[in-house]
Parts: sequence; structure tokens; C-alpha cells
Amino acid sequence: MMPVAAKRMRLIGMIRKESLQILRDPSSIAIAFVMPVVLLLLFGYGVSLDARQVPLAMVVEQPDANTASLIGAFQRSEYFNPQSFDSIQAAQQAFDLHEVFGIVWLRNDFSRRLMSQGDAPIGVIVNGVDANQARITEGYIQGVWQSWLGNFAASQGIELRVPVTLEPRIWFNAAVRSRNFLVPGLIAVIMTLIGAMLTSMVVAREWERGTMEALMVTPIRIGEMIVGKLVPYFLLGMGGMLLSVAMALWQFDVPLRGSFWVLTAASALFMLVALGMGLLISVVAKNQFVAGQISIIITFLPAFILSGFIFEIGSMPEAIQVITHVVPARYYVAILQTLFLAGDIWPIILSNSAALVVMMVIFLGLARRKFHKRLDA
Amino acid sequence: MEAAPALVFSGVSKTFVAGGITVQALDGVGIQTQPARVTGLIGPDGAGKTTLMRLAAGLLVPDSGSIQVLGIDVVQQPLKVQVSVGYMPQRFGLYEDLSVQENLDLYADLQGVAKGERAARYRELMHMTGLAPFTRRLAGRLSGGMKQKLGLACTLVRPPRLLLLDEPTVGVDPVSRRELWAIVYRQVKDEGMSVLLSTAYLDEAERCDEVILMHQGKRLGQGTPASFSEPMRGRSFHVSAPSISKRTMQGRLSAVPGIVDAIIEGEQVRVVTLETCMPALPEDLANIRGLTTTPAEPSFEDAFIATLKGEQTPATPPVAAVNAHPVMSKTGGVDAVIKVQDLQRRFGDFYAVKGVSFSVQRGEIFGLLGANGAGKSTTFRMLCGLLPVSAGDVHVAGLDLRHAAARARGRLGYMAQRFSLYVDLTVLQNLRFFVSAYGLSRARAKQRIAWVLEAFELAAYANAASGDLPLGYKQRLAMAAALMHEPDILFLDEPTSGVDPLARREFWQRINALAESGVTVLVTTHFMDEANYCDRLVIMAEGEVLAEGTPANMKARFRSTETPDPTMEDAFIGLIEAHEKNGQGSTA
Repeated sequence: MMPVAAKRMRLIGMIRKESLQILRDPSSIAIAFVMPVVLLLLFGYGVSLDARQVPLAMVVEQPDANTASLIGAFQRSEYFNPQSFDSIQAAQQAFDLHEVFGIVWLRNDFSRRLMSQGDAPIGVIVNGVDANQARITEGYIQGVWQSWLGNFAASQGIELRVPVTLEPRIWFNAAVRSRNFLVPGLIAVIMTLIGAMLTSMVVAREWERGTMEALMVTPIRIGEMIVGKLVPYFLLGMGGMLLSVAMALWQFDVPLRGSFWVLTAASALFMLVALGMGLLISVVAKNQFVAGQISIIITFLPAFILSGFIFEIGSMPEAIQVITHVVPARYYVAILQTLFLAGDIWPIILSNSAALVVMMVIFLGLARRKFHKRLDA
Repeated sequence: MEAAPALVFSGVSKTFVAGGITVQALDGVGIQTQPARVTGLIGPDGAGKTTLMRLAAGLLVPDSGSIQVLGIDVVQQPLKVQVSVGYMPQRFGLYEDLSVQENLDLYADLQGVAKGERAARYRELMHMTGLAPFTRRLAGRLSGGMKQKLGLACTLVRPPRLLLLDEPTVGVDPVSRRELWAIVYRQVKDEGMSVLLSTAYLDEAERCDEVILMHQGKRLGQGTPASFSEPMRGRSFHVSAPSISKRTMQGRLSAVPGIVDAIIEGEQVRVVTLETCMPALPEDLANIRGLTTTPAEPSFEDAFIATLKGEQTPATPPVAAVNAHPVMSKTGGVDAVIKVQDLQRRFGDFYAVKGVSFSVQRGEIFGLLGANGAGKSTTFRMLCGLLPVSAGDVHVAGLDLRHAAARARGRLGYMAQRFSLYVDLTVLQNLRFFVSAYGLSRARAKQRIAWVLEAFELAAYANAASGDLPLGYKQRLAMAAALMHEPDILFLDEPTSGVDPLARREFWQRINALAESGVTVLVTTHFMDEANYCDRLVIMAEGEVLAEGTPANMKARFRSTETPDPTMEDAFIGLIEAHEKNGQGSTA
């Protein structure tokens, strides 16, 4: 037989075998299609980084028309659920019991200073245990206070002493819905799961069951074996990606401002990086348990924590920021969030894609070199 | 003029480093195998058989020496070799989630079998292996023997010039074993294939054209089976005496100086001597009424044991009585200690055990014989109260297991198939753990541990990690652990699986000593020859008991003019064939 024909036959044989195994193994289907749905529902509905209806204690030492007006402003805000307290002591007690998340304290000189000096300081205490939430709450309180001050000044014709008037304008995610950036980021996590974890485990399974040993003594070449494994899992991963995108667009109403084809191309690139990692892990781990553990620690968790998907990379300590550069998901999350929320911003897409290409070459190249048809190498 | 050899190893060494310990798997091995012949690679566990196979397949690189496969240097050109070689590893890698046909297709694709040639080749292979009715069945749903035959079919899908088979018959029932051998020989005859086959079954050596004997990484000898057994002529004897039990006889004979080996064979004791004559027997043996000694045809096994044991006599150091106190007196009588009636075990819609009944008398050695998957271990686990019964009655030591499993368990010892020891604890720590698990008093625990270390000759290894022990010693330790609380009944699940023939002999001597002291022993095995050690046994297949009785009357049922002296294997095959005929009759 012609060498080329034999090569094609081996490759097709491998791909067909691998595909049949995927179809018959409920756990691959579960990881590729059930996990994404569960994760998306969990993050789409369960996790929110927005401040909404935050319970807030309002302490007014000397109630009058002005304080009533400010409290009214807080009540109208959808971010807060204000409750009145008579004294700062009572408010602190509620704070300690976690009944309120923050305290706004209007002292008895509030109205006097407002009228005489055009400057009405308020005391603000927020619970700093959840730093993220604290910062958001603090910002919103400030926003309510300043816009009330502005309105007040305009109605009274008084010059304000506050140096800068804040006029918030939020771009790209105007509604400030955390879902809009969480859901696209999740796609990176899901593809890491399929590409790295599933792939490393199926190769480990071949070692465990002794099928690898029999496979190795056939005329198959290493390259054919790798491609034969890559193709079906690549398609599976892209299927998971399409499912996630569809859910993002139609279930969670996340906008897609960039091009769908750019998204597909970037996802295909990231899928190859993830598959490269999975193959590399399987060179080291010869049983499914170890393969699963390693891929969770070095691919899945970093994709979760260090990719900028939940935690902003810019606000991480510098040492950690440096580490995020070796996390492939970081580049993909940047592309995803840009494509979904901003559009085809080529400088960002191209620079991040370039990083992914480098990683793909490294991982697939290493996997190819480390994968031997030998048991002792 | 001699044809070029199929396989040449010269001065091949290979070491492995595992956990800081260097293991010399092969030590300067030189071999040549003839083309179009079946060469057997025989040796105990750890002899280096698998390493040799993997080196020949190009899966390993030797530390030194050279390997030529079909005239090609396998280290330089592994791919070129792999085109012409078929290799079936020990656990042949079938894809259990693919069907028989899909497994075949995969290997046909990988081996580059042209589409046009496939139909004919498949038909031939399926006919040869008897798998034709099952092509659509998932490989994971096949029986052990069928899996092995499918593995062989996949390896043969494009006839290789050299076939490497690593222990293809381990754990396979005798019928499938016989079929596997028939397939192999057909390839040699029809295709001129060269075959290298490793096995731990010594009786299979005689089926090979040539045999290579391996031990501890070295080649001890090579030649035809006859060239091994012929020099033994005059050193093999059968001894029998109707007045004493064959076990007692064997025990006494193996203590005689000048006797290398004494094993039970059928109803006699087979003896291998150091010189070409029977040594003088001590008076108590010589005076036994009706004692007859007749010369026996030498076998490969005789040569194997004589070579490995060398000049060491007597056959085995006398084994101390394994239980300090005879248990006979505890309740007395010869009533059945185990009574099983219509025992069933279901897993989902699969019946692992379907309606098994038997009873075992005190002090008996009772065997459960059958291939892997026959339901032996499942039956055992139910008897030990480890697995709830689906239906049926089980009485152990007079207690109903369904209600008093815990109390019954206190009176039995159990040795699991894979020697459940803590591999990172030392021998002593393991023993201490087991005495505490059985709740022995301090004084008694101390006494039992001291006794076990002595009786099982484990004192030298007391502080060694159990995981590092040779397999034979692990087996001893596992058995010692099961005996710490002096049980009345001992359950041994495949105790000799993977253990070399020397350790197996010693093991059976301990079992005999136990039975003599009144302990009831239940043992499962897939070694047909071990059935002869049992007082009575059942033969199981597919969760059913095919026959129950003494080894002698079981074999007697299959005596015919062609086989005047049937072996246990003949009996087993006869029973299986009859069973299959019935099965087909009832389903048709």
C-alpha cells in the first residue's frame, strides 16, 4: 500500500475510534455539555459582583428637612435598603450583627454646615471583610451623596465647596451588570476543562487499561497518534464553546459587539493551547486520578483565579500579576471580554492572540517531543 | 541449511530504578529463536519475561547489548520492526467501550490492511476464535477467554512475521487456553509465523517447539522441552500407598534427604530425586503398608524445579505446624461447618452467582475451581459476610450469616486475592495492626506474633516494608495475618495467583499442615493441578456449580479409552463442553 494511503487510514482509524469512545462515554459528554450549562447557570444567576439592595444603617442625630431629603435619595437608589437608627451605638450593634453592611452618619451639625459653608460631611462606615463589596458600596454611597449635594446646590443657588463634581459614565457595560463579563470569561474556564482535563484523562485511561502499550507496537507514528486524539476533542471543545456562546447571547442577554468569526477563530486557537496542555500532562500522569488532579491545579484553577475572569488582574499584587502571564486563559479572557463588550478592538485581539500562538507552539511542540513510543523514556 | 533466526538477543541487560531501588530485570541475556517455530519463555514471576518481550517490541531500550528482530536492529529502527511484529501485552489493550468489530477495524486501520482484503480476513479470524456471533457486542461484555481471543485476533489482523505473546493464557479457562494454542499453531503452520510466547504455566512448556528457561533476569537454558526433561529420566517416581492420605505422604516424603520435590499428582505423590534412584526411605515411611514406588515419565516441570532448586534438599524445609493449638476440640464432631443452599448474587440484572449449593466438613480442604469470572470470588465474599446475599441460605460455623455475620466473622480468617497488606508498613507493624483489629489480648498478641514470625520464617524481614518483600513472602505475610486470631475456617482467594512454582509448593505445605491441625480451608484457584490438593471441590462456570466431588471421582467420570488417565484439566474441559451443550439445547 502507498505510504500516504496507509497514513491516512491510520489517522482516520484513530479519529473514528476516539469519536466512538466519546459518544459511548457519558462522562465525556457530561464534561463537554452538562458542565458548561451548570457553570453558566451558576455564574449567570448565582454569583453577582454587583451591589444591589445593600442594607444600610442611617443615623440622623438631628432630623430636619435636609436630612430627610438625603435619606430620600438613598431610599430611591436601587443599590440601597436604608434603615433608620436613633444613635450611632444602636447602628453599630446592628453592624456587628451583620444586619447592615454599612452606616451613614449625619451629625447634628449637618444642616448648619450645609447652609453656612456649602459643605456637609457625612460619616461612612462599611464592612471591609469583603473588600470588593466594600469598595463598591463606598463608591455608591459617595455617588448618592454627591448627586444629592449637586441637586441641593442647584435648587438653592449655592456655590459648592466640593472640589470636583463626579459625573459617572461607565463604558462598555453601561448597565454595570457583572454577568456581562462573568459569562464570557466562563467560556475560557469551560474550554480549559474540555481541552486540558478531559484530554489528559483519556490518555491516562489508555495507560491504565494497557491499550497504549498495544497501540505503540503498531506502525502508527507519534504525530498521527497526537492528531488522532486532538481532532475529536477539538471538535468537542468547539461544541462546548458554541453552546456557551449561545447561552450567553440568548439566555443571559450578554451583548456580542465584536464579530462572531473572530470569536470562533480566537476560541479555536485557545482550544489548541488547552489540548497542548492536556497532552503534556498526560505524558507525566499515567493514571486518571493523577491526571485529573494535575490538570485541576495547573490549568483549571489558574483559569478561574488568575485569568482576570473574576478578579481584576490590575488589582492583584505585582508578583501575582507576573505569574498571570503564563496562564493562557488570561489572554483568552481578555479577547473574550473585548469581543463581547467592546467590539473588534484589533490591538487587543492581535496582541493577546500572538501570546496564545506562542503558547500553542510551546505546548504542542513539547507534547510532541515528550511523547515517545517507548515505555522507559 | 538453517534459516535466519527470528530474534537475536546478545548480551542484553536492563535495569529499572524504582523508589531508589535498582532492579536488574535482565542480566546479560543472549538468546536466538528459530523462524516458524513456537518458542516458549518460561520462568517464575520476576524472571524478566515481560521486559524481554517489551525490548523485542521496541518499547524499551536496553542498557547494553544488541537486539535483532527479523534481522533489523530494533533499537535503531523500532518503527521498521513494528511493521512486521504483532505484540499482545499481558493485559491486552482492548477498547472495552468499542464493539468486537470496531476493535478489529481499528487494528486493521492501524496495520494498513487494505479494505478489499478485510472481509475475508475477518471471516477467517472470527471463525478461528469462535467470535463470529458476537461481532456487535462491546468488548467489555465478553468473558475473559473471549477477550483474550479477540486480543489475539486484533494482533493477527494483518499476519505479522513475528508474534510476541506475553502470558496470553493467564487466568483463562482451559477450554479457551486450548483454543488459543490451536490458533497460534495454525498461524505457524499456515503463515510460517514465528512466535515467542511467555507463560508461567509449566505444563504449557511442553506444547512449545523450543523453550527458554529464565530465572532472575538470567537465561538458565534453551532447548526442546524433551532436552530439559530427558536428563531427568530415572529421577522421577510415583509413590502411592492406599493406607495413608496423599497429603500426609507428601509431607513426609518432602522431608527426606535426596528428594528434590514431592507434589501430589492425581492420587499419587510425584517425587523428583537428586540421584537416578529412589533414596533410602526412613523406617516409618518404608514400613507403610502397600507402599509402591514406580518410575514416572519425566516432565518439564521436574526439570524446572530441579534446576531452580539446584542441590538443595530436602525438598522444602519442614514447615512448622501452622496453628499452635489444634482447633478440633473446640466444638468437636464432623458436622458441616459451612452449608450453602441455593446461594445467589445479583448485580443489577447480571447474576454473578446463580443458585450455588455445597457443604464443607470440618478439617477439609475444599476447593472452588474455575476460570476468571466464574463467580468464585463473589461466592467467597458472601461466605465471609463481606457481600450481602441476594437469595439463599448460608451457614458458617453454625451461624446464619444473614443474622450473625459479625459473630461468624470472628471465627474465620480471610486472605484476599491481592494480599490486603499495608505496603508502607513493616512486616511487624502489619502484624501488630491485625492483632489489634482482631482484639487480641496483650499477652496473646505477643505470643502470636512471635510464633508467626518463626513459623512463617518472617523474622529476618520483620522490619522490612511489606511492599518491598518478594511476592512469595508477601503471600506468607498475608496468610499469617489471616491466622492471627486462630480461626476455625480459613478462606483463601486465589492465594497462588502470580506466585512462582517454588513458592506455590511451600504454600500448599502450610495449607496441608493447617488442615491436619483441624482448620477448615476453603480455597479458590484457576490452576487445574492445584485441584488435586483438595479433599473435595466444586467446579464453577458462569456462576453455576458444574460438579462437586473428590478430585478422583471427578476425573473418573471422564475416563475413556482415549484418555485412560484423565487429568483435572480433561475433566474441566469435559464439564464445560457438556454445560455449553446443555445451555445451547435449552435456549434453542
